[in-house]
Amino acid sequence: MTDEEYEAVTKILGRRPTDAELALYSVMWSEHCSYKSSRAYLRQFGEKAPPSSALLAGIGQNAGVVDIGQGYAVTFKLESHNHPSYVEPFQGAATGVGGIVRDILAMGARPVAVMDALRFGPAAAPDTRRVLPGVVSGISFYGNCLGLPNIGGELAFDPCYAGNPLVNALCLGVMRHDDLKLAAATGPGNKVVLLGSSTGPDGIGGASVLASASFGADGTSSAKRPSVQVGDPFMEKLLIECCLELYAAGLVEGIQDLGAAGVACATTELCAGGGEEVGMRVRLDAVPLRDPSLGPPEILMSESQERMMAIVEPAALERFMAVCAKWEVAATVIGEVTGSGRLEMTWHGDLVADIPPASAAAGPVYHRPVQRPPGQAALQADDPARLDRPGTGPELRSALLSLLSAPDGADKSWVTEQYDSYVRGATVLSVPHDAGLVRVDEHTGLGVALAVDGNSRYCLLDPYAGAQLALAEAYRNVAATGARPLAVTDCLNFGSPEDPAVMWQFAEAVRGLADGCLALGVPVTSGNVSFYNQTAGAAIHPTPVVGVLGVHDDVRKRLSVGFGQAGRSVVLLGRTEAEFGGSLWAHVAHGHLGGLPPAVDTDAERALAAVLADGAASGLLEAAHDLSDGGLAVALAECCLAGGQGATVALPGDPFVQLFSESAGRAVVAVLPGAEDEFASLCARAGVPAAVLGQTGGASLEVEECFGIGLDELAAAHRGTLPALFDEVPAVEA
Amino acid sequence: MTARVGVITFPGSLDDQDAARAVRCAGAQAVPLWHSERDLRGVDAVVLPGGFSYGDYLRCGAIARFAPVMAELVLAARAGLPVLGICNGFQILCEAHLLPGALTRNRGLRFVSREVCVRIETAATPWTGDYTAGQELTLVLKSGEGAYVADPATLSALEAGGQVLARYVGANPNGSVDAIAGVCSGTVAGLMPHPEHAIDSLTGPGEDGLGFFTSAVRALVTT
Repeated sequence: MTDEEYEAVTKILGRRPTDAELALYSVMWSEHCSYKSSRAYLRQFGEKAPPSSALLAGIGQNAGVVDIGQGYAVTFKLESHNHPSYVEPFQGAATGVGGIVRDILAMGARPVAVMDALRFGPAAAPDTRRVLPGVVSGISFYGNCLGLPNIGGELAFDPCYAGNPLVNALCLGVMRHDDLKLAAATGPGNKVVLLGSSTGPDGIGGASVLASASFGADGTSSAKRPSVQVGDPFMEKLLIECCLELYAAGLVEGIQDLGAAGVACATTELCAGGGEEVGMRVRLDAVPLRDPSLGPPEILMSESQERMMAIVEPAALERFMAVCAKWEVAATVIGEVTGSGRLEMTWHGDLVADIPPASAAAGPVYHRPVQRPPGQAALQADDPARLDRPGTGPELRSALLSLLSAPDGADKSWVTEQYDSYVRGATVLSVPHDAGLVRVDEHTGLGVALAVDGNSRYCLLDPYAGAQLALAEAYRNVAATGARPLAVTDCLNFGSPEDPAVMWQFAEAVRGLADGCLALGVPVTSGNVSFYNQTAGAAIHPTPVVGVLGVHDDVRKRLSVGFGQAGRSVVLLGRTEAEFGGSLWAHVAHGHLGGLPPAVDTDAERALAAVLADGAASGLLEAAHDLSDGGLAVALAECCLAGGQGATVALPGDPFVQLFSESAGRAVVAVLPGAEDEFASLCARAGVPAAVLGQTGGASLEVEECFGIGLDELAAAHRGTLPALFDEVPAVEA
Repeated sequence: MTARVGVITFPGSLDDQDAARAVRCAGAQAVPLWHSERDLRGVDAVVLPGGFSYGDYLRCGAIARFAPVMAELVLAARAGLPVLGICNGFQILCEAHLLPGALTRNRGLRFVSREVCVRIETAATPWTGDYTAGQELTLVLKSGEGAYVADPATLSALEAGGQVLARYVGANPNGSVDAIAGVCSGTVAGLMPHPEHAIDSLTGPGEDGLGFFTSAVRALVTT
């Protein structure tokens, strides 16, 4: 807490704060909880929101809720757990999953799927070998034990993440419209009930100690270890089933999950959500403790996991407790809702806190200095067009193999095979397809597609365009399954907001994302900001990660990426230019990062998405894969490897540009036999360029007048990298 | 008369809904059974589903084995009730000594979730009657503690007695001794891979797993 913030608190209270009040304000006004450096910018998501009749709850609630038709709604959100995952990879990542799942549960939804976007330092670095296996097994441990299928995600490596790995976790929940629960305390006299695990000293100040500060130059993290929360997914599984049964029985008036800033956050936000007159009287000594030495400040700041706070009518309390007993979930009445407009907390009868709750829930708003980095112009002028490029067939062949075997481009099964993607029997698509696809209704085939994408190289070169390109990629990935994109969530990972250059990156990225969402017609419904991702003054690349959700009217008609049958026409959709700024090729072949990222054309993205959705619904297409890192070459290789069929293609232009350029707004499809003309007409009517490249079939990827690579050789290059790096490192478990 | 197949839910069971779906797909009625009730509700067969019962605390299945419903189940199994334990269910049956051997940590020390090919070794159980011995199926394996172990004497007895239910084909995914993917004893069967995740091509690798459930329904209807 800064001196100014302390002064502000004394003004609000009209006196000096007590220890308990100081603890409460310090965690609630931390960057992680209050969004004080970002709120001024995040308003754009509301101000520039495209009209959408599908939104049932937007930003401000725990997670956005979207109507998907047939009486169903879904809720989804991305959240970061970056700093704890560096300090204690297994528990940091595990509790990241736990936290986002509880957010979804608090909306009244059943959590049904998870995804994760992970970023680490160089793959071969010793510290990556400490952090990555721990993070993956933490996510595996927690997600699998909850019975939530992991339906996809991202994995990227870059030196900028060496001391600051990024662990962004997403959860999807499904509900009926009437199930929506809001985090609001209402009804004076209603009971405040704390459910779940007992409260201990783990994670105290996690929000302020970890997530709102950079790591020091000495790099030692052991001192911060007690600030990492410890997870128990079995308890959370019981909590999920218990809460859903409580909801179904109509026993809950309002509910909030306890995450960052624990009891402090849940109480202030429930009051603030209820309105100005709502208050609460809470007996902190009623909170079940696993460590009897804790006093009011620690109890308020503790981030012990697997806890929820419910508002219950007195008449419903007995039935509420009976349901909790059935699930063996501890439930304790710790207070009552009042009409006083004050949050009052007592400790063995003594009043230890008495604050206006909204003042804690809504912290200060900062307008940090913003300055375009002096080196930005030079960075953008460093055009990759000048780099030596492969020209001959063998050189191009070798370039493709090097991209497929680079850690960023390599097959991710080493990670994804640690995640259960089958549980619940509703996963239609997961890795290696472009988006996860979950069936919501077994009879109608209604489903939901989700993709998460980010590209930190593009964002460093131009944060405005880079954020839009991340959005466009996730939007395109959803469309590639045949679904219609509908809504957006985001996790904005940046360095310190006290650095004007970082604030410039943040301002540009938010502006780009908001403008992009408006142009594509998909509103941001929820999101998360993670600042202070830097060590000893070196910030990570600006890394906005964007999640796009889409609706699929009939998952039986979904498109997947694999070339599974021979004799299908392979068609490239979209326009290709020579665009290599921030490309995978420039990174792998030359270690180069400069120039401008690919141009953004939101009209072209919309047209492409419509063609893919129509092509799927009309039964014209068999496979679809969007183009992104590594361009057409990598996309074709992935299609062949996923489906087991080779392909023979001819390139409509300069081979190097056609193969490795990363122009946006493109996809490659396999057209069903007999549907070629109808599909060509569809593309022409939509104004989407369509170039027939060749056909599927055979046991190799043949690029005419260039090279041929057998599927076996492609597979060896693609699948060998991550096991070779990480197999001999045993996973560390709780 | 529709066969009634019970599916037990323990705290932490995860694949109970999927097992129930498979039972219904096979033409039987799925009857939910609760861990703390000493009541099998007169079902004709029981499935112990996959999951992390009791969070895998102590050992997988070690606590579930003492649940009230298990007291009834052990008696019924010994009296000839067909019982199928899948994954965690298999672990529970071993802990309850209804099946020999034990399941331990995967050799690679990591959770493994992937399609596997298994060969049915015996069609002479109520759960495999719709297959033929030697038939190969594609099922789903998803476990961290799936490596079957047994001492040499037990192994010899299993092999000699035709009690190996199924074996992994190809690379051994978890280090199970003799590539054993499932064992049986009388009408009780345990299988590490999940047949209930292989009943619908839309959400799994195919429909090879349905036979476990149709076998039981056919065996029940004809007894």
